[in-house]
Amino acid sequence: MNFKTITAAVAIAGAGLAIVACQPTAYQPNPYGNDVWSGYKTATLETRAMQDDDFANPGMPWVDGAAELYDTPAGETKLSCADCHGAPDDETGGKVGVPMKGVGARYPVFDEATQKPINVELRINRCRTEKQKAKEFKYESDAMLGMTGLIVMQSRGMPRVTTADNPKDALHPAFKKGEEFYYQRRGQLDMACKHCHEDNANNIVRAELLSQGQTNGFPTYRLKWQKPGSLHRRFRGCNKNIRAQPYGYGSEEYLNLETYLAWRGRGLPVEGPSVRK
Amino acid sequence: MAKKPRVKLPKKAKAGELIQIKTLASHKMETGNRKDKKGNKIPRLILNNFKCTMNGKDVFSADMHPSVSANPYIAFFITAKESGTYEFTWTDDNGETLSVSHDMAVS
Repeated sequence: MNFKTITAAVAIAGAGLAIVACQPTAYQPNPYGNDVWSGYKTATLETRAMQDDDFANPGMPWVDGAAELYDTPAGETKLSCADCHGAPDDETGGKVGVPMKGVGARYPVFDEATQKPINVELRINRCRTEKQKAKEFKYESDAMLGMTGLIVMQSRGMPRVTTADNPKDALHPAFKKGEEFYYQRRGQLDMACKHCHEDNANNIVRAELLSQGQTNGFPTYRLKWQKPGSLHRRFRGCNKNIRAQPYGYGSEEYLNLETYLAWRGRGLPVEGPSVRK
Repeated sequence: MAKKPRVKLPKKAKAGELIQIKTLASHKMETGNRKDKKGNKIPRLILNNFKCTMNGKDVFSADMHPSVSANPYIAFFITAKESGTYEFTWTDDNGETLSVSHDMAVS
């Protein structure tokens, strides 16, 4: 039974890879070669079943809450998300012509204003402060997690795309810094991301099956956290585990890393909000 | 942000049909065993009872205790007999309730 499900997961990853082939040529070979797989494979059957059924997915109440928020006018301008972008699943993208579908697949993107990568969370806050003239959501708040989940969910099944490995891409400097971060040893245990997620992916460290550290499932409902969490929360957790000082939510270091990881998981289907142990 | 409980049951069913009802409530389910940073016990606050009634009659109920996870998911089967309104109620330790109701037509 276990073997069967792993084959199924590989088949899913395979489907993702078929789409990679249609993308522009890679400027840099992926360290995983053609063997890119989602953390879904490391989850138990029960956890996978929770993720596959939108009803049983415990992250969905947050998304439901955010769906209400999406239609609620906020801030001085009394604009709701729906006023500009239309319904979350509206593919025309409402008045401004920016549909929510596809956002989860292409973010983080380059932000002209700050000359840094910008992820979905920070982009939501940009809209909050500039368009709605409302208070920012706190990074790890229920509203932010739900809203990120709602937006990312619209791109479910779409392959993750990025051209950050192209030296001409505006994101390339951030991508390079992210790569440096990934291979940089840190913390009391003197470990880099790569020691677990590249060298030992699919191996067992004590009781844990190591994943490739792919980011396609975020925001993720973690059973350990008993609530959804953002990618940066996961980064902070990883950093604390190797006894390194974690960086802040939405910090430049993590944005660079996020940009780099998006490339490592190129072609994986968007799963968010996913469920992990 | 108030999170409404999610309930899923078919809108229509045939008499005698076995149907599944799925429920998912959002609650942090504080066990009462944890301590805060100062070492004080965090008081227990869990949903201790779940009840499903149809037209006022009990259909399904459950007592919950600490160690039930946060955001408890409860699914159960019932035999559809007559049309009516299903009321779902969760009660927590403070006596506050979460509730939703759904109609189902039985033909």
